[in-house]
Amino acid sequence: MAYNDTIRNSYLAEIESINAAGLFKVERYIHSSQGSEIEVEFPAGSKVKKCINICANNYLGLSSHPEVIAAAHAGLDSRGYGMSSVRFICGTQDIHRELENRLTSFLGTEDTLLFPSCMDANAGFFEACLGEQDVMIADRLVHASIVDGMRLCKAMQDTYKHSDMHHLEEKLQEHQDKHRRMIITDGVFSMDGDIARLDQIVALAEKYNAMVFVDDSHATGFIGRTGRGTHEHCGVFGRIDIITTTLGKALGGASGGCVSGRRELVQMCRQRARPYLFSNSVAPVIVAGALKVMDIITASTARRDKLEWNAKYWRGLLKDAGFDIKEGESPIVPVMLYDAKLAQDFARELFDEGVYAVGFFFPVVPKGQARIRTQLSAAHEKHHLDFAIEAFKKVGERHGILGMSKAELLAKCGV
Amino acid sequence: MDEITQVVRDYVVREYIEEGDDRQITETTPLISGGIVDSFSMVSLKRFLERKYHIQIPDACATPDAFDTVKSIVELVRRFQNAPAASICPP
Repeated sequence: MAYNDTIRNSYLAEIESINAAGLFKVERYIHSSQGSEIEVEFPAGSKVKKCINICANNYLGLSSHPEVIAAAHAGLDSRGYGMSSVRFICGTQDIHRELENRLTSFLGTEDTLLFPSCMDANAGFFEACLGEQDVMIADRLVHASIVDGMRLCKAMQDTYKHSDMHHLEEKLQEHQDKHRRMIITDGVFSMDGDIARLDQIVALAEKYNAMVFVDDSHATGFIGRTGRGTHEHCGVFGRIDIITTTLGKALGGASGGCVSGRRELVQMCRQRARPYLFSNSVAPVIVAGALKVMDIITASTARRDKLEWNAKYWRGLLKDAGFDIKEGESPIVPVMLYDAKLAQDFARELFDEGVYAVGFFFPVVPKGQARIRTQLSAAHEKHHLDFAIEAFKKVGERHGILGMSKAELLAKCGV
Repeated sequence: MDEITQVVRDYVVREYIEEGDDRQITETTPLISGGIVDSFSMVSLKRFLERKYHIQIPDACATPDAFDTVKSIVELVRRFQNAPAASICPP
């Protein structure tokens, strides 16, 4: 069928409806490397502006670390640019095996398999490892990639209320007739920044004979005393059956992800996970950089310690200024505004003040839960945060929201 | 409110409404199109109805439209109580 005017107009109408709903996404062009201070062209065609970046997943500040860049250069020279193959044909180098072994050791698991991204790991895992006689019981706020992966799997799908252990227990009781049960959760939830109750989840899994799956993308490298992740933080290191995580956030921030856990489950992924079977290997340059990242984060906890300090300091600044924030321990700090338009206006005005942050609203978060999601980095210095809070206060004062409770904010915005 | 309507409404409130959420669920509150129940969570509702009323609802009949309000859910249950599944929703 030709791409005629009727077809073109049908897409234009859909795009217009996205725009009319205020949900149209645009990219901001960054002219520098990733970091706490970046140079941004926004809107497109505008003069490039320097600003403080407070919305990257660059938790450990390793995205542009000189040692990581040097290791990536060396990897490029010694192992080449691309593999031109999937892993199981002629796409596996010695450094892929080395990185998988390093991740296994770091995460305290039995085996690891790299994927092009954690999105791919989540999309491929469930179909590879569960079947019609099994059940997947997921927290209702798990990441979209897990939802996609579950949709591709023939096992029964069920959910429990967010972090509600009583509800999870009811579901585990209800599904005792199933062959295998798998509890599915994020380690740190990306929108609220709260941490899963993995100690209680593991206890329930043991009581009701279930496996535990954790997506620790927003935790690996910095949550827990030595940064191993949510399982270390919750005292259940070595007791999680499957961890998926990413190299695209704290661990250098380039791309790539993995499935790490029980040997048999990882083997099943190696045999059956379609994103692994039908996607190219992670590029050698990324593997080489990630190996250096593993060196850095296992040699010292200095970066995760600094990140922890930054997160506490930033939370204190926001609270003292009178913002309504989601309480928690992670470096994800949502500033609650509740109203979608206010969140968009607030982010735009922050940018005018030299702070790059993004407003999140439905459908990314539930209706009436719009917010600015701020994310800390070990690359932030105290002066960056002191600068950023002044911008937040200035914009907050302009909108008259400082010191307002949730109820007052909701009333003001008519949410 | 009859018995089935009460049971379905109570289940929806218990299963899907979070603590602190003061939304009222009536017979015509849009559940799926209103963002209260997502398609994943719909599975548990279907399973509950099948167990409670000893019926089988084929997946082809468990549509978002059929599960969108307490009223439409009750109508669905009644149809399956009164006739074999295959006659209502052929595979």
